[in-house]
Amino acid sequence: MKAIFTRPQSMSTTPTHYCPGCTHGIIHRLVAESLDECQVREKTIGVAPVGCAVLAYNYFDVDFIEAPHGRAPAVATGVKRGLPDRFVFTYQGDGDLASIGTAEIIHAANRGEKISVIFVNNAIYGMTGGQMAPTTLPNQVTSTCPNGRDVTTAGYPIRVCELLSALQTDAFIARVSVHSPKNIIAAKKILRRAFQYQVENRCFTLVEFLSTCPTNWGLAPKKATEWLDKNMIPYYPLRIFKTPEQGVLPA
Amino acid sequence: MPKVNIDRDRCKGCELCTQACPQEIIKMSKNINLKGYFYAEVVDQSRCIGCRLCAISCPDVAIDVLINGVQYVYFEY
Amino acid sequence: MKKLMKGCEALGEAAIRAGCRHFFGYPITPQTEVPEYLSRRLPEVGGVYVQAESEVAASNMIYGCGAAGVRVFTSSSSPGVSLMGEALSYMAGSEVPVVVINIVRGGPGLGGILPAQSDYFQGTRGMGHGDFHLIVLAPASVQEAADLMMEAFDIAEQYRNPVMVMGDGIIGQMMEPVEFKEPKQRQLPPKTWATNGAKNRPPNRIHSLFLDPVKLEDHNWKLKRKYDEIEKNEQRWEVYSTNREYDLLIAAYGTTARIAKTSIDMLASEGIFVGLVRPISLYPFPYQAVREAAMKAKQILVVEMSTGQMVDDIKLAVAEHRPIHFYGRTGGIVPSPDEIAQHIRELLSKK
Repeated sequence: MKAIFTRPQSMSTTPTHYCPGCTHGIIHRLVAESLDECQVREKTIGVAPVGCAVLAYNYFDVDFIEAPHGRAPAVATGVKRGLPDRFVFTYQGDGDLASIGTAEIIHAANRGEKISVIFVNNAIYGMTGGQMAPTTLPNQVTSTCPNGRDVTTAGYPIRVCELLSALQTDAFIARVSVHSPKNIIAAKKILRRAFQYQVENRCFTLVEFLSTCPTNWGLAPKKATEWLDKNMIPYYPLRIFKTPEQGVLPA
Repeated sequence: MPKVNIDRDRCKGCELCTQACPQEIIKMSKNINLKGYFYAEVVDQSRCIGCRLCAISCPDVAIDVLINGVQYVYFEY
Repeated sequence: MKKLMKGCEALGEAAIRAGCRHFFGYPITPQTEVPEYLSRRLPEVGGVYVQAESEVAASNMIYGCGAAGVRVFTSSSSPGVSLMGEALSYMAGSEVPVVVINIVRGGPGLGGILPAQSDYFQGTRGMGHGDFHLIVLAPASVQEAADLMMEAFDIAEQYRNPVMVMGDGIIGQMMEPVEFKEPKQRQLPPKTWATNGAKNRPPNRIHSLFLDPVKLEDHNWKLKRKYDEIEKNEQRWEVYSTNREYDLLIAAYGTTARIAKTSIDMLASEGIFVGLVRPISLYPFPYQAVREAAMKAKQILVVEMSTGQMVDDIKLAVAEHRPIHFYGRTGGIVPSPDEIAQHIRELLSKK
């Protein structure tokens, strides 16, 4: 029999440490599939964040560097500037990218670094046990906003794609989700396009993945996908925000 | 006729594949695997249409899908 | 052929002469001439100059570039170097070779922009969290700065550890004739560990996370063995007018050591004989050499542009077998030869 679906080559066989139903695993697979399809596995360098995905390098069969919390875009800049013909991507969570790493992501995007950023938004700090993140939704309960996020003191959740799209430098920025098969399939197309831009050394690319966190949301995996659909999709619309073809957006 | 292989001990019992299968032929077993999870299993392989949605939805790459002969492509992936 | 160059620019040129083609930096007085010079010079040699958004980012950029097996360095000054502490700890922990220049200015906090030596503790002990050391080299002239800079890359790669060249505002800003000489040949191991694309080999990992305490302890002791090796092989110092009897020994490094030499010459003409020991490697500190020089003197005067930091290491070296005095100026004020000489006269006259 012929396999029409199996583990991508860029993915290692190591079982992941992620919680049951956590969609990090799906995103990992989409990245690995895309690396295979772009045929860049042997010249890829991944940069892992600090957060649930800090152990990402155990799950990819590519060279990996572990960046300090939030610094992956800077580390990736160093790698790409040092070895311009390699394929460089960062894999970061919302605490990593949208909180401590905001300066790094904004400036990497603004310099137009030819890297790809996989930004996983699950509206919470997973690794440390469910604290409020910059992407935590208004009134969403977490271990550090037990009465729900109070926007009058904690402000509103940050929409990273919209924020970065305001920069003038060419980029491909899109938000996708992996909470249902239909979305996973659509997400893969977008990710492949993003990676293709880097293969063609065209521009900075970032794909934001809405992702579930069953454990810290306190929901069973299936319920978590429903919660994401009902709560996160309205606040974080899924679309392509910026493409290099559009050129510089009007001031 | 397509064949879905679920790696019993890699499954974490998250049930996302049961939700994804349009034929609703993936159920959770009554038995537990090495990690102590109720693992997913195909209850009626004959009704499988080889759409791959179960494998696509699996966060742990625990599902392979195989066919013999020509694959009917429902969607580009 | 010697060329008159500003310290900061000589450091930049030395890096290029050492084959380095990548620099990631950020402006901060008094070292801004390093990035300025390189922003013009690196493109001329097909190199890469990136101005980062902060020293935090710059230090992480060199981490990535060094991890990819590429020769790379950054430059900053005291407050900026403080921001690099986290990344330097990661680079030491994941054994990534890089070079960092610190042109020290007055501190703490924003401090001042004039020269100081108040980062001795930071460089040799407190650079970041965890058990690690930077190899710290302290030049006392523009020529020596260039020499040490050129060799720093080889040392970093030989031991897979960050190396810091620690000057001060004077070293960075003054102009002196300088020539660029090849450092002594070193056996540099191939960078099989680099994350430059897993082609025909298993993937490489550059990481410092060891969740298993047994593995982390093994890693810590492995680094300790490396530092023992460095302490055995890389100690550097200079002695001045210690080939005859001397009542008092001055211990000083960098700019203050040069100033102290003038004091020594001045006192010698008055029949007062003083020696000098000048540590060049602040880590690994030349304890043995300092001890030998100290034992020939009745007392020791440590001179620093700080409230006293290297003095602690002198005490360690001499184990208090001799009274150890300290004389320091801070805030950017540089001691003059006269005031040092005067202080020595007072020390020697007191019975």
